[in-house]
Amino acid sequence: MTSSTFVLLGILLSSFITGSVIFFLREDQHRLRTGLNLAGAVLKILFVVVLLRGVLAGQTFDLSFTMAPGVVVALGADANSVLFVSLSSVLWFFTTLYAVGYLEDSPRRSRFFGFFSLCVTSTVGIALAANLVTFLIFYELLTISTFPLVVHRGTRKALAAGRVYLAYTVGGGTLLLFAVAWLQSISGPITFTERGALGESVASHPTQLTLIFFVFIAALGVKSALVPLHGWLPRAMVAPAPVSALLHAVAVVKAGAFGIVRLVYDVYGIETAEQLGVLRPLAVLAGFTIVYGSVRALFQDDLKKRLAFSTVSQVSYITLGTAIFGPVATLGGIVHLVHQGIMKITLFFAAGNYAETLGIHRVSEMNGVGRRMPWTTAAFTVGALGMIGIPPLAGFVSKLYLKQGAIAAGQSWVVLVLAASSLLNAAYFLPILYRSWFLPAPEAWPNARDFGRFETHWMLLLPPLFTAAAVVLAGVFADSNLSPLAWARIIAGREYGP
Amino acid sequence: MTGDRLLVLVPIVPLLAAVAAFAVPRWSRRIALWSMALTATIVVWIADEILRVGDLTHPLAGWSAPLGIDLRVDGLAVVMLLAVAGVGLIVSFNAASSFHETGSRGVPERVYWPLWLFLFSALNAIFVAGDVFTLYVAFEINGLAAVSLVAIAGKPEALGAALRYLFVSLTGSLLYLMGVAVLYADTGVLDLMLLADRITPGPPAIAACVLMTGGLMMKAALFPLHFWLPPAHSSAPAPVSAVLSALVVKGGFVILLRLWFGPFAEIVDGPAVQWIGALGAAAVLWGSFQALFQDRLKLVVAYSTVAQLGYLFLIVPIAWSAETRSAALAGGITLLLSHATAKAAFFLAAGNVLTAIGNDRAESLCGLSRWLPVSAFAMGLAAVSLVGLPPSAGFVGKWMLIVAAMEQRQWWWVAVMLIGTVLAAAYVVRILGPAFLMPESDPQPGPVPRLMEWTAFSLAAASVVLGLAASGVARFVNGSLPSGVGP
Repeated sequence: MTSSTFVLLGILLSSFITGSVIFFLREDQHRLRTGLNLAGAVLKILFVVVLLRGVLAGQTFDLSFTMAPGVVVALGADANSVLFVSLSSVLWFFTTLYAVGYLEDSPRRSRFFGFFSLCVTSTVGIALAANLVTFLIFYELLTISTFPLVVHRGTRKALAAGRVYLAYTVGGGTLLLFAVAWLQSISGPITFTERGALGESVASHPTQLTLIFFVFIAALGVKSALVPLHGWLPRAMVAPAPVSALLHAVAVVKAGAFGIVRLVYDVYGIETAEQLGVLRPLAVLAGFTIVYGSVRALFQDDLKKRLAFSTVSQVSYITLGTAIFGPVATLGGIVHLVHQGIMKITLFFAAGNYAETLGIHRVSEMNGVGRRMPWTTAAFTVGALGMIGIPPLAGFVSKLYLKQGAIAAGQSWVVLVLAASSLLNAAYFLPILYRSWFLPAPEAWPNARDFGRFETHWMLLLPPLFTAAAVVLAGVFADSNLSPLAWARIIAGREYGP
Repeated sequence: MTGDRLLVLVPIVPLLAAVAAFAVPRWSRRIALWSMALTATIVVWIADEILRVGDLTHPLAGWSAPLGIDLRVDGLAVVMLLAVAGVGLIVSFNAASSFHETGSRGVPERVYWPLWLFLFSALNAIFVAGDVFTLYVAFEINGLAAVSLVAIAGKPEALGAALRYLFVSLTGSLLYLMGVAVLYADTGVLDLMLLADRITPGPPAIAACVLMTGGLMMKAALFPLHFWLPPAHSSAPAPVSAVLSALVVKGGFVILLRLWFGPFAEIVDGPAVQWIGALGAAAVLWGSFQALFQDRLKLVVAYSTVAQLGYLFLIVPIAWSAETRSAALAGGITLLLSHATAKAAFFLAAGNVLTAIGNDRAESLCGLSRWLPVSAFAMGLAAVSLVGLPPSAGFVGKWMLIVAAMEQRQWWWVAVMLIGTVLAAAYVVRILGPAFLMPESDPQPGPVPRLMEWTAFSLAAASVVLGLAASGVARFVNGSLPSGVGP
């Protein structure tokens, strides 16, 4: 086995094997389970670091296996996959830590963590997939492995939400299968290639390729929650907080957005997509989703629902950046893949802390929570301000490049969309911040628990603090060589070529 | 011993074992298990021979066709034999364990095993037979043994279902036999290969084709001749249901495939190819739709078989053109194997539920994953393969069929397969959702022997893992259907 195979397999198996073992653990084997979880997460990060260094040094990574004639599972590491795999493996570590603290003493943890690990295995599979079939396989696996997490609580409401989730994602998955098969029948098996993989079929079948593009968007739009395919996301909020973090920041929504990035840049190629004229409709759809999600978020009193609609809006920034022709917009879209992840996961961690510690689920119950839980609320504040786009936080960087990219591409309407969205973001986040820091606390919290020294369990407190710090660092040091922005710059450079 | 002589042993070993088991009831269980294991070993040996030297033909008693009878095994046949041997062996262990641990439950064991072995002897004969008359004999024995096994527990609803099954099976055989008679009168030969050379399109050949196709459609439960299957498959003892759904119905299908792509190719070329695909499509939609509304686990699983058999008939139109023949055939047979293992697993797991709580109504399944975790997990894995989610064999097979259909621009079959996938996901979640998620409704399940649980699980795991072996299947079946016919 070459070292390249070893690293790629290691990234996949570090969660797959631990997950498979965890399924068979007894409920009371708490320490072993936690140990396995964290060991898997750390190991995965180490493998990703090796991969990252290798890619920077110009080493190529590939691994392929023929399942059947024409069905080749291939893994590889190009700039896009490295970006996504780093994001998901780092955030997975924090989410695991958080989940261990969050689910302490709750039933059926072995099942939960088993599927949790399978979920991240599918996500890194999506990141590392080197061709469309492999992407499809892991994309469907992600659906299977997240469903049990969404319905984990087993209540009627959870089951109903699970059914909605499954209806949307199985529908989307089936459509994706159709799109891939259709594309393959025209262009042959597709291997992701910078600047496009369609070859000569572009000239011979432009109409069909345009149609196929929109079938792809309809299929990927489910997971990336493009309006009108976003209905499952707010409903899936019944799941436990770590699952929401996973859905919104690490895996599901991201997989959809990443799929759109892959589709535009590495299947069609941005230049071909521009020629076919498919980018403009996509940009309009993304712009509409951005405004629509923000407006709906304004009217949610349930904190997690407000965050969910905010995700609907924010994820479409990635799609918007992808759909504008020009390297600067590309940069903004791709860097937001990371920035949205770290900001949104911070917000969900904090929301989970409020619910677990004080029993707060609604915005209207958050008066004075800042004084009771200053650290959590500080993290929440950083996330919220980042979302609004206040400098020097991560969200500001994304929006800056998106705006400049739009202007450079001559699409000034995008600037209006971004401005409107920022205003709306401020309108639904600032009142929360005002309430929690400046309004007096109620006499009693809905369901307060005491955790002694810290304001909440340390495993719940640490993750949001780290991710909030990342939000600050990614913004302040955006110009350094190690920032997500620097990596996005490499990608944008390669996708447009000389 | 040269490889081709092994072909005789494949049906003969279970046949002799059946007689022995009948003669010595005390040892019947042991005889059955050993002979099944022996047959499986022989089949593996044959598969190895075929990989090395290609198709095997054995003239029975030294007389080759047209005077004598040829036994013949090609890649397609050996894949079927492997499936029969593998699934059959595991299911036999399940049945043995069920007798050993939980008693007979009204099933007389000394009758059960001889019938079981007759069933397998005839099933193996179907896949080694080289001529249409031997096939008739094999189908007849197979049908009678299957009907007896459905009726064996003697419950009223099983007797009713068995009677209907008997009627259909006999009618099917009769139609088939009439077709054989017409063919023989017209061409003077019975051997499949010779028939392909000598047959000339004309009224007798068309009549034979219609009669034999009709008979095989009954055996293979192709819509709208599927009506006998759900009651028969759902009321039989679990191992019998497993073998009937997983293996027996496929005998009729494979022979139909051989006839259509062989002797009848010129006759059916044209609209008939699309029509049989349309029946398959109707089966996919109707079977899945019916499965959505069943309140008993075994009935859901049985209607799912109706749907899954429909997919197999889509092979005919998709593989008709020589360009996509090998891909569509490989995909279709992978799908067939996935269904064979997943469906056997599902029925065995359903049988375990029956053993534990005495009924299999949907509402009793709540909390199943806690009181019968291995069986529940087996059903979950089998469901992944039935729906066709990766990395299962169900996914790989369906994917290859879909890609081949797209290449032929026959997108309507693609639409059917995709709708079928969504419906399958719906009925599987509807029946299994509560099993995994709801709190238990019946807290006093009886004990279920471990072997019964793990046999179900191993079949389910096989249906997922087989996806990784699809290229092996492709290697075997490539070239099994003649490529000289069709558009």
